[in-house]
Amino acid sequence: MKLRTPLGRVRGLGAAHEGADVFWAQRLTSIASIPLTFFLVGSCLYLIGADYEAARAYISSIFVAPALMLVIVVFVWHMCIGMEEIIVDYVHSPAVKFASLISNILFSVFLALTCVYAILKLCFGA
Amino acid sequence: MAHSKPPAGRPLSPHLQIYQLTLTFVMSGFHRVTGTVLYFGIVIPAAWLLAAAAGPDWFEFVNGLLGTIYGRLVLFGYTWALIHHMLGGVRHLIWDTGHGLELVSIEIFARATIIGSVCLTAAVWFAAFTLGGL
Repeated sequence: MKLRTPLGRVRGLGAAHEGADVFWAQRLTSIASIPLTFFLVGSCLYLIGADYEAARAYISSIFVAPALMLVIVVFVWHMCIGMEEIIVDYVHSPAVKFASLISNILFSVFLALTCVYAILKLCFGA
Repeated sequence: MAHSKPPAGRPLSPHLQIYQLTLTFVMSGFHRVTGTVLYFGIVIPAAWLLAAAAGPDWFEFVNGLLGTIYGRLVLFGYTWALIHHMLGGVRHLIWDTGHGLELVSIEIFARATIIGSVCLTAAVWFAAFTLGGL
């Protein structure tokens, strides 16, 4: 047993001293998502009725391909942070919580890589 | 901490179900619901992209699925969730600056988000039907 006052034991344990980076990333990605949402919706409207070659030509064009990859990265980053917040809010059992947190990150990274790969293949693939 | 259970028989502090359902309360929950819908819903555009990368046959197949009445309904719901979550996010960004937190403002924001998301979704789908001649 240590001769420490209750205040002394908890002092310095209050704030995590981290987490502001997640708050900041969620704001960064939400601001970026606004113009990107308009771009995505506009692209979908443009591609209505487009055949394969037209769609491929549009996606692989010099301005569209990077912007579309930005949509993927920003959206997936944003949704990964959001789902993490939901998991730590509602999932209390440690085993399920950590399984959910890990699944969330793996799902997000897998999705982002798949989409970016698909865009690059449309640009450079045979 | 989180794992400690309260001693049996002790009263718990009132939780969500005890409070009157207000519009702002519902909208707060709905922001999370639309966020979750979009989380899983992103699989749809991802599948479309992947199909396009896989070749013309897959592209036609997925386009055909999305073109059915069920496909369109799902896309319509996705559009609404996307726009609703975006407008709800704008609301949160305004709150982050410390503005618009008065009771009158949050009521106006809540109504504006609903009306705005319905109108914008309708506009997008009107454009879709006009452009596509569907």
